[in-house]
Amino acid sequence: MSRTLMTGNAAAAWGARLARADYVPAFPITPQTEIIETLAGWIDSGEMPGRLVTLESEHSMITAAGGAAATGVRVFSATSSQGLLYGMEMLYTVAGWRAPFVLVNVSRGLASPITLESDHNDIMAARDCGFLQLHCATCQEVLDSILLAYRLAEDSRVRLPVIVNLDGFYLSFTREPVETPAAEAAADFIGRYDPQNVRFRASTPESQAVAVLGGSPYSYFRYETHLAALNGLAVYGELQAEFRETFGRDHPAVEAYHAADAEYLFVMLGSFATKAREAVDRLREAGHAVGLLRPRLLRPFPAETLRGLLDGRRAVAVIDQNLSMGMGGVLHGELLAALYGHAGAPPVVASFIGGLGGRDISAEEFYEIAAELQRSAEAGRCPPPRLLYTRDELREIRKLQAIAQVEREELKGTR
Amino acid sequence: MYRIRFHGRGGQGMKTASRILGSAFFAEGFEVQDAPRYGAERRGAPIFAYVRAARAPINERGIIRRPDLVIVADDTLVPVPASGVLAGIEARTVLLINSTADAATWQQRLNIRSPVFTLPASADVEDRAELPYIGATCAGAAARLMGVLSRDALAGAIRDELAALGPEIIERNLENALEAWDSMQAHAGLVSEGDMTGATDYGRPDWAELPFESARLAAPTVYAAANSVEVRTGLWRTLRPVIDHEKCNRCWWVCSTFCPDGAIDVGEDGTPEIDYEHCKGCMICVAQCPPHAIGAMPEQQAQQAEAGGAQS
Repeated sequence: MSRTLMTGNAAAAWGARLARADYVPAFPITPQTEIIETLAGWIDSGEMPGRLVTLESEHSMITAAGGAAATGVRVFSATSSQGLLYGMEMLYTVAGWRAPFVLVNVSRGLASPITLESDHNDIMAARDCGFLQLHCATCQEVLDSILLAYRLAEDSRVRLPVIVNLDGFYLSFTREPVETPAAEAAADFIGRYDPQNVRFRASTPESQAVAVLGGSPYSYFRYETHLAALNGLAVYGELQAEFRETFGRDHPAVEAYHAADAEYLFVMLGSFATKAREAVDRLREAGHAVGLLRPRLLRPFPAETLRGLLDGRRAVAVIDQNLSMGMGGVLHGELLAALYGHAGAPPVVASFIGGLGGRDISAEEFYEIAAELQRSAEAGRCPPPRLLYTRDELREIRKLQAIAQVEREELKGTR
Repeated sequence: MYRIRFHGRGGQGMKTASRILGSAFFAEGFEVQDAPRYGAERRGAPIFAYVRAARAPINERGIIRRPDLVIVADDTLVPVPASGVLAGIEARTVLLINSTADAATWQQRLNIRSPVFTLPASADVEDRAELPYIGATCAGAAARLMGVLSRDALAGAIRDELAALGPEIIERNLENALEAWDSMQAHAGLVSEGDMTGATDYGRPDWAELPFESARLAAPTVYAAANSVEVRTGLWRTLRPVIDHEKCNRCWWVCSTFCPDGAIDVGEDGTPEIDYEHCKGCMICVAQCPPHAIGAMPEQQAQQAEAGGAQS
């Protein structure tokens, strides 16, 4: 095992290499491209066996990934943002094939306006497709999660593809110390791929297709996919315990940081949660009983674990780095659904939206969110959802609008 | 925790400089985070990179608001607001600027009390996007200012980060970096670890309640036709292609077709003219011109010549 500085993208490529992926269908998109470039380099130089094929779109790429997985080989692919959405039709389709593989998504905000920077609206759009989802907060987690994801996907109780999500820039291009397991240790953990329900044998051609069904039989297959996804909760628990024993690193379905005695909790996904960790440290120094919960597993949703961890707390702030237009934060809604009717549910579950398009969430904002939770708990009412934005930011927008207005007037004059 | 920000232009090696410094810290047993930040990739555009180093695992992420050290590879960036060179600079922040102007001049120009050091910028640089060895030089000087990094850790980091470039290039980078290291001898350890803003006495965020605004105002759409011409991409140019019309044989199709920005206009007689408002200085026309009639000139030199011409 060696500990080196590595970007999240390099960690993702190492995950695929250590998992001994046989086939990598690829299509470039910022900020993911470095992953497939790294794999292409290794495959080209012979350091990694396997085939990498560039497809003409993400739609074809996901199709190729599902198709290859259905022949019984281990498949890895990666995309981001608009690419994930372009492949969306096939995400739903291939999940139903019950052919396991791993797809990395490097989160990047969606158009419009166009951005290169990170938020979670892309991965949230893939929430209901049947892929399981693991969300990473560090580069180390990216590598480890890919190994875990293959085991989870290939388990006979699951047999579904898995998306491993990492944040663009904040992880993709950021180097951090990462321990790379020895190839043999990783190979022992991950094992040989057992095709089980999918297979293809040379010289015995066979046709594979899915049935066109309606109503009752259609429902049967959809329900079965849902039940398989739910099985992922227990399977993940077993796998992560085995991973901890093997490699000494703990990746529970929900990270609980200073949560045991916390009266107030931040709940958030992804790499910005490490900023919340830092804020928790400072808030603890200042004498506030604040902690953090970070679901790593979003599908299946670890509702029971979250209910247990939130039991009897005074107030919770869900900080969503996504926005469902006309509804609000996706994780906020999901957490409320998990808590509703539970006797020990916190009386205040507040919603904050922030970090869209890579917008920073400052330490001061975390402190103020914690203060707002304390005030709300004392007043006994939940504050309205807050879209994190400062007056300074609004002033900047007003400046840009003023310039745009002048230009509009000038253009009118010329026509 | 140490928080260091590198500013430069795309192509000047600030990402590499941040990685050299990051690797040197890592070799000395620090926990490290280093990362570049940029928009759509383009040579010559302002970019920055940052390094965090601490004895404990690092949870902070993203932009550094209150840096301990700011390194500027290209002093033409200082007045560019988008580059954010001056963001969060306090009296304790050390500034290291690659510049022909001296430290006192910069302190006076910017009205700051921060310690300022300059790396003597070479005046006869051909292409500012390729300031020779500037990345390694900046990393070398920065490493010395830290005071907690050894010369060996710096040299090892340079060898690791530049391994793909071969021994000759590594040696030349080492020479420059170590010379910069030695030049900061008297100031070793001047950069100190800053604190994180505590949770007791912090400035409350001034949150705004966003009002609804009509789509006429609140849609990110551009209605004006053909207005990309208003964006003077020529400002990104660090090298200027110059056509020698004596040598030009009017095979206009070649240069005007290869220009990726459509910045070569062709007159009725087939004479090509470069649109310097929009030419980004990629030098593809220089490479493609069959009679070698297009030469390259450092942009700064060309501008100085123009200014001089106007005065005389």
